[in-house]
Order: sequence, then structure tokens, then C-alpha cells
Amino acid sequence: MIKRRLQIQTIAFGFLKAAGLLNGVALMIIVYFMLSRGWSAISWEFLTQPPKDSMTAGGILPCIMGTISLCLMTILVSLPIGVASAIYLNEYASQGRIVRIIRLGINNLAGVPSIVFGLFGLAFFCIVLKMGVSIAAGGLTLGIMTLPVIIGASEEALKAVPDTYREASLAMGATKWQTIRKVVLPAAFPGIITGSILGLSRAAGETAPIMYTGAVFFTPELPGSILDEVMALPYHIYVLATAGTNIETTRHLQYGTALVLIVLVFGMNLAAIILRSKMRKKLRI
Amino acid sequence: MKRQHIDKTVQSGFLLVALFSITVLLLIMVFLFIEGLPILDHISVKEFIFGKYWYPTDDPADFGIFALILGSVCVTLLSGLMAIPLGIMTAVYLAEIASPRVAEIVKPIVELMASMPSVVIGFFGMAVVAPFIQELFDIPVGLNMFNASLMLAFMAIPTICSISEDAVFSVPTALKEASFALGATHFETIVKVVIPASLSGICTAVILGLSRAIGETMVVLMAAGGAAMIPGSIFDPVRPLPASIAAEMAEAPFRSEHYHALFAIGIVLFVFTFIFNLIADYISHKFRQVGEASL
Repeated sequence: MIKRRLQIQTIAFGFLKAAGLLNGVALMIIVYFMLSRGWSAISWEFLTQPPKDSMTAGGILPCIMGTISLCLMTILVSLPIGVASAIYLNEYASQGRIVRIIRLGINNLAGVPSIVFGLFGLAFFCIVLKMGVSIAAGGLTLGIMTLPVIIGASEEALKAVPDTYREASLAMGATKWQTIRKVVLPAAFPGIITGSILGLSRAAGETAPIMYTGAVFFTPELPGSILDEVMALPYHIYVLATAGTNIETTRHLQYGTALVLIVLVFGMNLAAIILRSKMRKKLRI
Repeated sequence: MKRQHIDKTVQSGFLLVALFSITVLLLIMVFLFIEGLPILDHISVKEFIFGKYWYPTDDPADFGIFALILGSVCVTLLSGLMAIPLGIMTAVYLAEIASPRVAEIVKPIVELMASMPSVVIGFFGMAVVAPFIQELFDIPVGLNMFNASLMLAFMAIPTICSISEDAVFSVPTALKEASFALGATHFETIVKVVIPASLSGICTAVILGLSRAIGETMVVLMAAGGAAMIPGSIFDPVRPLPASIAAEMAEAPFRSEHYHALFAIGIVLFVFTFIFNLIADYISHKFRQVGEASL
């Protein structure tokens, strides 16, 4: 009897393990195809030249620069607001109606579909605030989209700071604001940075929010001011893969661009994961 | 005295910034309604939601989004069919069975899955999966509901997995030990004690995962085929709500009927995900796992 029950357990655990493995396999398959088919497209010229011959040849420099400038704008918006929100929620607020409302706002903001952010960015930033299709409008749209990620990560980082730190500082006669500025924030800093990198990597890979707010089909210019429109890596993949008559001939460029985007996003994530596990080890000691 | 004064000012400053998120959420609603509601001057709510024909550029144009809603719902349900079991099984494996060393490797993999840009997954569905399933199932087009669901499942799994893992992991050890003491095997304990005890967390995970799938744009835009018709089989092309917005916004003249109709689709999409989130919020608060009283 017990033998049969243990057999069932072995079989069931086998299935659970297979499910866990399947995720790794799926990820590997995608990365494998992007790598094997995109590798041949990667060259120095590909990374440092603008597209040529109506985007059937040449490189992706404007897309890389565009994505970087959109990311900078994003972090400029979401980091200060996100960290300040987290400070309020974790350091000042007591449980009450205002906190419930703020949390409701953050949770629901996190669930808003990316294309709806795009619609909002188009209607508000581009049209009402007259920014047009620009780095500013695209970055603001991505910024409010990443806000929940940054708030969540910052809150977690602030929570990890032991209360004894705060008490020691207060006992020395510091005010709450001085304590936060000089004791709590420095201690939480690595955690906040980790969260910001994760938020930024999400912004870098998003397409739908910038389709009508920041990114354009083609522009030979590199971004000069925040009111310039830009090309962006994710949008470039979409454009090459779906629009125009040369979809088949530019396949290797599509794979190449996708590979660059994956390397960029995974690089940021790995950095954050490593940073975080280092921090955890440090905290344990 | 002056220091205390500064402290009060600083606190109100932080409160103001913290209210930013909810303000943005309200602004999003306001602008969706300002730009979306004018479509109701031309067509009733019932015709809009239940109209079967979506021909926004014809004259006279048809703005019925029933086929689009059905496309979204079908794609999401089919992807849920794949992602829910797989996500929960992975979560149970990570929280209960895997050794810490294995978990240390599998967890970052799940995180990397979550960070994979949606456009890359859509592109993969288009360039690799489409020709593959076209040949495998001998069907005319590879860009269809099945393809899009498969790709969406890949995106929903990390959400489902990481939230359920938290839930499973936080089941008190005392509950499990009580079950072991009664002679149950580890697997029996998982099925009869751990999963029932973490059910509210798992439900939240499933709802948030599905909410992510229904709002996902690039995957359905690139891999679902894009035909605005009511699907007859899982190998029919569909045109979910987000795909319509993304594909048509560029060609819709500013503040035309078509433009307003697309914003109205945005409202529908927003309402869908908003309800999903409220349900998830409700479940996680109402059935919060409180210590050992949760069974």
C-alpha cells in the first residue's frame, strides 16, 4: 500500500519536474533561434551605421540610440516619483484610507495593458501637452508604465532596512527626514538600483506604448533634443517583420535586431539578479 | 522648532508625490472616455459591443467589436489552458520539491522569461512557430489563434509561477508537519494540504496572469493572423482587441469615427483588466492566508 503511494509520488514529482524543465527548454529554444539566425547579421557596421537602401541593408545605430534615450527619459520620470512614493508608503504612512487608495492606484496601474498606456500617451502627452511624437512623450509614457515596478522594488528595499538603524538615528536626535536622507536611503540604495534596472529593462523592450508616442518608422537623424522623434529597437523589429515588401529579404536584419534587444534586456536583468543575490548574501551575515 | 517644521513640509511633499499613481490612473480613464465616448454619437453601446462586423474604413463604416472581443477571450482562455497548469506545477516544484541549488537556477530562468520583450516573442511566433505549425498540422496559415495562444502562454507563465510560488512557499510548516505525522506522503501533503491552503494566492496568480495575457499587444498583433471574424476552430486567424488598436491607430484620421472607436476599444480593454485586478485584489484580501487558521 505504502509502496504504491510512494510510486504515485515518484511519478507525480516527475511531472512537476518536467514542468519546471519545460520553461527552461522554451526559453532556450527562443534564445537559440535568435542567436543562430541573428548572429550572422551582427557586425561592427550593423551596430554603428544607420539603415540603408530603404531599410533593407545597413545598421541599427539610430534604433540603439533611440532606445537608450527613451530609457534615460523613462528613468528620469519614474525613479524620483517611484522612490518618493515608496518612501511615503513605507516610512510615513500609517494604514488608512489614503494608503488603501494609493495602493489601489498602483496595483491597477500595474495591470493597465501596454497599448492603453500608448493611447493615453498619444491623447495626453502628444496632443494635449503638444509634445508630438518625441522622446519626451514616449519616455513619459514608458515612465508611468514602469512606475509600479519601481515603487514595488523600492518599498521592498526600504522594508529590508532594519528598524534598529532608524531608531539609532532618531535616538541621536535626528528628525525623521534626516534619518531617511542620511540613514535609510543609503542602506536601501542597492535594492532601489536593482529594482530600477529591472523596470528599465522592461521599458527598453516595450513596443506598444511607444508606437504612437515616441518611435517612428524611419529617421536618419540621431536624437538631438527631447522633442525629436526616434527609431527604437523593438519598434524596428516590428516594422521590418510586418511592413513593406521586403519581409523575406530583411529576415537576417530582423533576427539581428532581436538579438541585440535580447542581449540588452537580458544583460540588464542578469546584472540586477547578480546584484540582488550579492546583496542577500551580505544581509545574511 | 525649525527642524520639525521642515519635517512636516517634507512629509506632505511625499504624500503629494505618492498620490501621483492614482492621479495618473484617473487621467488615463478620463482621456480614454474623452476620446472614446464620441463614438456613441454614431452607434449605440449594444451595436458597438455585439455588432458582428468590424469594417471601420468602409462607407458606411461598421463598428461592431464582438468578433474582436471573442478573439481576445478565446486567445486568452486557450493560453490559460496551457499556462495555468504549467505555471502552477512549476511553482509547486520550486517551492516544495526542488533543492535550493536547482531552485537557484530555475528561478532566474523564470525571471528571464518574464523579461523577454513581447515583440521578440511575437516575432518568434511569426518567423519560427508559424511555418512549423503550418507544416505540422497541414493548415493554410500558421498565424492563428493557436500560435498566438502558445506565445501568450509563454508570457503568462512567469506571472502565474512567481505569485503562486510565493503563496505555496508561505504555507506554514506546522500544517505540513501535521500532515506528515498522520502518515501522508509528501505528494499527498502537497495535494491535500499545501495547495488548498495556498488556493487564494494561486487564484490571484491565475487572474493576474490572464489579465496580462488579455492586455498583451505585440504577440497578438504579430502572431494571431489579424482577421476580424468569429473563430470557428483554434487554427482560425483572430484579431484580438489590442491588435486592432495597435494596427489601425496609424491609419485612423485624427478624431474621426474610427479614431474614437479605437479609443472605445481601449475603454473595453481597460474595463476588462480593471475587473480582473479588482477580483484578484478582493480574493487576496478576503481570503488572506492568516497563519494556521487558513485551512
